[in-house]
Amino acid sequence: MRFDRGQSAPLGLKIAAACGLLFLHLPILLIFVYAFTTEEKSFVWPPPGLTTQWFAVTWNRPDVWDALSLSVRVAAISTAIALVLGTLCAAAVSQTRFFGREAISLLVILPIALPGIITGIALRSAFALADIPFSFWTIVLGHATFCVVVVYNNAVARFRRTSGSMIEASMDLGADGFQTFQHVVLPNIATALLAGGMLAFALSFDEVIVTTFTAGQQQTVPIWMLEELIRPRQRPVTNVVAMVVVLVTLLPILFAYYLTRDGDQIAGSGK
Amino acid sequence: MTVAALNSNPTPAILPGSGGMRGAFSDLFWRRPKLLLLLMLLPPLLWLGIVYIGSLFALLLQSFFSIDEFSGLINREFTLKTYGDLFQAANLDIILRTVTMAALVTLGSAIIAFPIAYYAARYARGRWKALFYLGVMLPLWSSYLVKIYAWKLILAKEGILTWLLAKLNLLWLLDAWLSLPIVGGNSLSVSFTGTFIVFVYVWLPFMILPVQAALERVPGNLVEASSDLGASPGQTFRNVLFPLALPGIVAGSIFTFSLTLGDYIIPQIIGTSRLFIGQAVYSQQGTAGNIPLAAAFTVVPIVIMGFYLWGAKRMGAFDAL
Repeated sequence: MRFDRGQSAPLGLKIAAACGLLFLHLPILLIFVYAFTTEEKSFVWPPPGLTTQWFAVTWNRPDVWDALSLSVRVAAISTAIALVLGTLCAAAVSQTRFFGREAISLLVILPIALPGIITGIALRSAFALADIPFSFWTIVLGHATFCVVVVYNNAVARFRRTSGSMIEASMDLGADGFQTFQHVVLPNIATALLAGGMLAFALSFDEVIVTTFTAGQQQTVPIWMLEELIRPRQRPVTNVVAMVVVLVTLLPILFAYYLTRDGDQIAGSGK
Repeated sequence: MTVAALNSNPTPAILPGSGGMRGAFSDLFWRRPKLLLLLMLLPPLLWLGIVYIGSLFALLLQSFFSIDEFSGLINREFTLKTYGDLFQAANLDIILRTVTMAALVTLGSAIIAFPIAYYAARYARGRWKALFYLGVMLPLWSSYLVKIYAWKLILAKEGILTWLLAKLNLLWLLDAWLSLPIVGGNSLSVSFTGTFIVFVYVWLPFMILPVQAALERVPGNLVEASSDLGASPGQTFRNVLFPLALPGIVAGSIFTFSLTLGDYIIPQIIGTSRLFIGQAVYSQQGTAGNIPLAAAFTVVPIVIMGFYLWGAKRMGAFDAL
């Protein structure tokens, strides 16, 4: 909405909007306080005392490191696969017109539009039917499938803004297809791909619903947290891990926002 | 790209042709653009088609199998018996409970989302606008489990909410609410009220963004015209703003509704022992080993969402996405 005159919002609206934003942020901030509490057994508020000892305890926990390493490896490989598949799909859909274009966008969006439990159980039952044992690669298979859409969305938005005449100009100046891709197309879509990759990484790093169906005995960070939520073993360690997870996912999002903030479509507005 | 950026590029304007294999392929793609298109589409289509659509079909197929109640083995003959099991009273209860929760969560998040979206669309400018945007984006992308965990801390009996209400001398209100049937329970973290709050919290950003997008498109002078013509702010909201924001609300409700239908972690961690569809699917395929019934259960949200999307499309919700 555009207004000619600068107007101030009614007080009621200001309060409602502020309360809504506080509702969104206070719970996450609370995690930061609990990471320092001295209380071990309960979630008592206010914390009886503050300490940093749990950071050292968490640092020396091999299960936390194992989960973290698995999560990072899964997210990195899924992001790489999603970058290739998403970019190819976006290039095909945005640069050309062909029969079934709409169906392809729908196909890409479907894994994230349907509830995660459906994707999860579908993959699991397919693994069971095909006698594929659970492994690192079954987790990657699931993650890459729903990460494609994030890369695709960012790349499509950028392709739409990149004018086709630049590619034609490059060809007119004698560059072949590969040179055009390397010198014209890639520099233009690079930041969009970086943003899409960041978001795909964050999405994969945080995914739990599909992962519960596609992981065997291995634990990613979210699976580790889920275990702790259902059967708490050492609450302070969970608090510290929760805080670290918030920080780890925060940075890629801020960076992706920074990369695409001038565009007409800002990264991450669809999860 | 600006002229300065072009000039600073050390690459010469006219590049030598690559020649060799590379050049041959380049020429081939230039002459046959369809071939290039096919090569570009093949990898993603193979991946999504085989991995994803294939799995979905495998799942659908299994919902037509049935389980032998005595041996527990899966009988691979086509039957509608498993779908019949869905209509047992206990299973219908689960479906009804989930749909009711999804509807309430959608309503709740629409009410909380509207003021934020409206302020961001109409009054926030420049730095504030970016702040509002990040203010919605960061919670959206924060870890799902951490958000649930945060609410476990808040809603716990010894947690901050009880402490706050005690400070305000309002504990009687909490106790009165918890003693109510259905919505009450021993503490908020084991009641439907708790489940509801966490659902609303986790899906709220999915509602704010499309509503804001819809409101951004409302011309400001419509609101001014309405008040010039003598409408009270309430009348302007009911007759001008709300109908124009409705496609955005419906678009947001697709997310809140669909996500609530399929979630099984939130009601498991914060809620009662009564099941939701997602939990039923999870326990049927896991401990019960009844994959056909689990598969039939997943068809329920797919069918509900199918109808929902069809209705939403008719209301023009997709333009607001």
